Amino acid sequence: MGILILLGFQLIGEILHQIARIPLPGPVIGLFLLLLFLLWRPRALSEPLQSTSRVLFDWLGLLFVPAGVGVIANLDLLRSQWVPILVGLVGSTLISLLITAYLMPRLSRPKEDNVLRNQP
Amino acid sequence: MTVNESAGWNELIRTPVFGLTLTIASYLAGRMVQRICRGNSLANPVFIAMLLVAGCLHITGTPYQAYYESTQLLTFLLGPATIALAIPLIKNIQHVKGRLARIFLALTAGSLVSALSGIGLVLACGGSRAVAFSMAPKAVTTPIAINIAQTVGGIPSLCAALAISGGILVAISIKWVLSWAGITDVRTFGFAAGMAGSGIGAAHALAFSELSGAFGALAVGFNGLVTPLIVLTIAHIWR
Repeated sequence: MGILILLGFQLIGEILHQIARIPLPGPVIGLFLLLLFLLWRPRALSEPLQSTSRVLFDWLGLLFVPAGVGVIANLDLLRSQWVPILVGLVGSTLISLLITAYLMPRLSRPKEDNVLRNQP
Repeated sequence: MTVNESAGWNELIRTPVFGLTLTIASYLAGRMVQRICRGNSLANPVFIAMLLVAGCLHITGTPYQAYYESTQLLTFLLGPATIALAIPLIKNIQHVKGRLARIFLALTAGSLVSALSGIGLVLACGGSRAVAFSMAPKAVTTPIAINIAQTVGGIPSLCAALAISGGILVAISIKWVLSWAGITDVRTFGFAAGMAGSGIGAAHALAFSELSGAFGALAVGFNGLVTPLIVLTIAHIWR
């Protein structure tokens, strides 16, 4: 039942992508629609839907192994462009981390009990 | 043994039983290594599985395309997994009641900077447009990142590897980076981890506290809505 709901929203998303020519990928449109649907009808968040999504998240890593292996099949690219890849990866990750974190506390006032301490 | 010349072998490697067995076994081995390393972020099960699968393909002389076709089922499930992201999003949205707009702004700024600096840095160092557009969506959760990279002319497999590497980088560096910046709020910590490091970042935040993990999940979900719009817009402007 849970997977049926997810597939149904994906199908609607794909249809909107193909026919209404919305440039977003079908699954992303489906995500928007399911979110709106759950905001409209909170009770639709049924146990089957929750358990299906838990299983998918538990195994999420497995799902992108086949796509990821392609990068090793494409080693020439890594060899020839490793500098821009490395600089872009490290640079953009650290900059966006700082920007997001920097904008957050100013926007929402931290409470005493939320402060990090004695963490691993 | 001349496996490559056997017609039977060539047919077998195109069937799901070959690809699924190899992939699931490699992934479980990856998880085992991670457990042995006590959950160290560097021992990422996806990376370990990728290396094991690539090694097996190399040894057996299997072309990547044949393997990819035999594992279509797994790749297909990325679609439902993307849509399922609505569930943690809706469950954690209660944490930001009344501050939703402002938190969304922080995330949008982060996403915009991530995409633009990714593209800019790749190009500045002499990288190609395809590499730049594989970098642009990498902060979003991997299933969406792969899809967006494909849509805008990036390389999906490179994007997947970058998305995972970005997550690992966040998990390794966030504590150091944020304490350097004087940021100690666990909500901010979790949110920034989820924004820049998607699933891996959010999982890292969850190891600190429940609340931190909730904000991580929230950032991953919001980013799934925002980054596709931003990267598609950039790609539309720069064809």
